[in-house]
Amino acid sequence: MTGADAIVKCLEIEGVKNVYGYPGVAICPFYNSILDSDIRTILVRTEQNAAHMASGEARISGKPGVCAVTSGPGATNVITGIATAFADSIPMIIITGQVNSELLGSDVFQEADITGAVESFVKYSYLVKDAQDLPRIIKEAFYIASTGRKGPVLIDIPIDIQNQPLKNFHYPEEVSLRTYKPTVKGNTAQIKKVIKELNCAKKPIICAGGGVFLSNADDELQKFAEEKNIPVVSTMMGIGVLPTAHPLYFGMVGNNGKPYANKAMNDADVIIMIGARVADRAVNRPELISNGNKTLIHMDVDPAEIGKNAYSTIPLVGDAESILEELTASDIDADYSEWVKELTKERKAFKPSRKPSSKYVDPAEFVRQLTTDMIDGSIYVADVGQNQIWSCANIVIGKGRMLTSGGMGTMGYAIPAALGAKIAAPKRQTVAVCGDGGFQMSMCELATFVQHDVQAKIVVLRNGYLGMVREYQHYTYDDAYSMVKLDGDPNLEHIAEAYGFDYLRLDNMKDSKAVIKKFLSDKKNVLLECIVDPKDVVKPE
Amino acid sequence: MKDKRIYSVNVENRAGVLSKVSGLFSRRNFNIDSLAVGETDDPTVSSMTIVSSGDERTLEQIEKQLNKKLDVIKVKTFTESQCVSRELMLMKIKYNKNNRAEIMEICEVMKAEIVDMSLHFMMIQICASPEKIRLLLEMFRSVSIVEVARTGTLALAKCSENEQN
Repeated sequence: MTGADAIVKCLEIEGVKNVYGYPGVAICPFYNSILDSDIRTILVRTEQNAAHMASGEARISGKPGVCAVTSGPGATNVITGIATAFADSIPMIIITGQVNSELLGSDVFQEADITGAVESFVKYSYLVKDAQDLPRIIKEAFYIASTGRKGPVLIDIPIDIQNQPLKNFHYPEEVSLRTYKPTVKGNTAQIKKVIKELNCAKKPIICAGGGVFLSNADDELQKFAEEKNIPVVSTMMGIGVLPTAHPLYFGMVGNNGKPYANKAMNDADVIIMIGARVADRAVNRPELISNGNKTLIHMDVDPAEIGKNAYSTIPLVGDAESILEELTASDIDADYSEWVKELTKERKAFKPSRKPSSKYVDPAEFVRQLTTDMIDGSIYVADVGQNQIWSCANIVIGKGRMLTSGGMGTMGYAIPAALGAKIAAPKRQTVAVCGDGGFQMSMCELATFVQHDVQAKIVVLRNGYLGMVREYQHYTYDDAYSMVKLDGDPNLEHIAEAYGFDYLRLDNMKDSKAVIKKFLSDKKNVLLECIVDPKDVVKPE
Repeated sequence: MKDKRIYSVNVENRAGVLSKVSGLFSRRNFNIDSLAVGETDDPTVSSMTIVSSGDERTLEQIEKQLNKKLDVIKVKTFTESQCVSRELMLMKIKYNKNNRAEIMEICEVMKAEIVDMSLHFMMIQICASPEKIRLLLEMFRSVSIVEVARTGTLALAKCSENEQN
C-alpha cells in the first residue's frame, strides 16, 4: 500500500462519496489510486470551483466536502474557494499535491508554499512529511473541519509521500489533540442568566445566522421561537431558518435587509444573537445593539466571535442545537404577544418602494414567482451582487435552503455550489441564480454538469452591467461609471446551445409564469436568461 | 486607553508555529511589542512570551484568537504587576579613559556586568526587568553605543500557593 492508497482508504472510511478536483503530476498518484475506489471523481474546469462545489455539497450534506488539486497553480487557484468556505465556516478538506519533499523550498517547477499561503484562510493545515502519518493526519483533519466552528483544513502531500510504501495501515478511532477541545455544551450558569433575562424581557428578538444551519439547529430554533413566542430575524446566511411566511419571521437584517427587521432589532430590549458574527453588513453600527439600553445575548460555538464586533451582556459559548434544546425545555413564561403584534403591524404596513419598468423583467417579482413555484425543500443558490440582494429580499422559502457566499461575497459561487448541492441531494430541485458578471466567471463549469450528468437549472439576470458596482457608482460617484459595463457579453442562447442546454428567455414579466413553469419542469439542463433593466437598483432612490 | 499585557503562550514545538502566531498578530492588526521563544522543560512544548498593547477589547481578542490557534496549548495572560518579567540585553559600547570609570560605576549600580572588553570597546550584559533595561539605555545615552541585542521579555506569573499546571 502506498501513501496515495492510504489517502483513498481514509476517505472511504470517512464516508466520502465525491472528490472534486483537477489533476497535475504532483497529485497523479492519488488520482491513480482512486481509480480502484467507488468514490466518484468530478473533474472541474478551474480549481476555484472545485472548492465551491465541495462547499455546496458540504452545506447540504452537513459533512466536509473534499477537493484535490495539484501543486503550484492548482493549489493557488483553489485559495479563493478556500477563503470563501472559511468566511462562511463551511467544513472542507483540501488535498493538494506537492513537489518531491526533497525539493521543497528550491522553487522547482510548480512549487508553491501553499500551507503558508492559506494560513489565514484555513482552520488548520498540514504538510505531510511521512506517509505513515497520513491516517492520523486525515482523521484529525476531518475531525477539525467538522467540529467546533467548522472550516476548511488543507493537507499538502508531496508526490514522494504519495508514492511511499506504508508499513501497516491503521486508521485511528479517535483523535487526541491536546490543543483542540471545542466547547459544545453551553455553560449552565450562563443559560440560567439567559432564562432569567428572557423572563424579564418585554421585547426579545432572535437574530439567527449561518451558524444555526452549521449546527443543524434550524428545527430546534423554530421550536424554541414558537414555544416561547419570540420573533425571529436573520442575517443573510440565516435566511431559511424559519419559513419566510412564518408569522414569527421578520426578514433579513442589515443594510440590504428589511426596514422592519432592522427596526425590530433597534426596538428590542433583548437580542439573542445565534451563530452570527455581527459583521458590518448585518449590523452596521454594533454599538447600537450593545449600548447598555438592551441586553445582548450572544451564542456562538467560537468564543472569539463573542465580543469581537459587539460587546455582549451574556456571552454563551456552545453548540446552538444543544443550547436551544435546553432553552426550549426551560421555564420561560413571559408574554411577548404585544411585541409580536407590534412587529406584525410594522411588517404589514411595509410597502416596497420599487417602481420597476414594465419593459424588463422585474427581478424582485421574478424571484418571488420562481421561489413560490419551486418545490418545497428545494435548494436556491444565489450568486453575489444585485441578484443576491434581490434573492434575499424576495425569496419565498419553506423547508428548503438558500445558499450564497455571505462572508466573502465571491462572485461565480452559485453555479459550482449548485452542482455540489445537486450531487449531495440529487432528488432535490436545485436552481442557481446569477448575474451576467458572475455567470461569466463560472460559465466554464457548464461542461462539468454535462460531463458528470448532473442536472443544471441556471438563471442569468442579465443587465449588461456589473450591477452592484454600477449602483454604487450611481450613488457615490454621480453616475461616473468605471469598469462596470459588460460589453462583449456572449449570446447566451448560443452558449446554451454549445453546451447542449435548453434555453429559455424572459424579456419582461408578461409570460413569466409560463416560462418559470417550463424552466422548473425541464428534465434537461436548462438556462433561463432574464433581461433586467440596466438602471434597476436594489436600494430605492 | 492603551494597556500593556503579557501573554505567556505554550505552543506545540513544531515547524511553522512561530510564523502562524506572529502572522495572526499582523493579520488582525495587533501589536507585538516584544516576542521571545524557547523550549520548555518538555521538549514537545515551546513557550512564547508576547508583550502587546491595545485597548481592553483588543487585548481580550488577542487572548481569544491565540486560544483558537490549533497549535496553541495554553495561554496565560497577565499585567506587568502580576508577573515577574526579565529581559537579557547585550550592549557593545565605545569607551575612552575619561568615561570608563563612570561606565563601570553605572554598571555596578545597575547590576550590569562587563562580559568582554578590548582597547576601545566593551560589552555589557544585563538581565533585568524591561523597565530597568530602559533605564540603563537611558543612562548610556551620552556614551556611543555600537550595537545592542535584546531577548525580548520573558515572564511567568508570580508564585502563589495554589499553582496549577
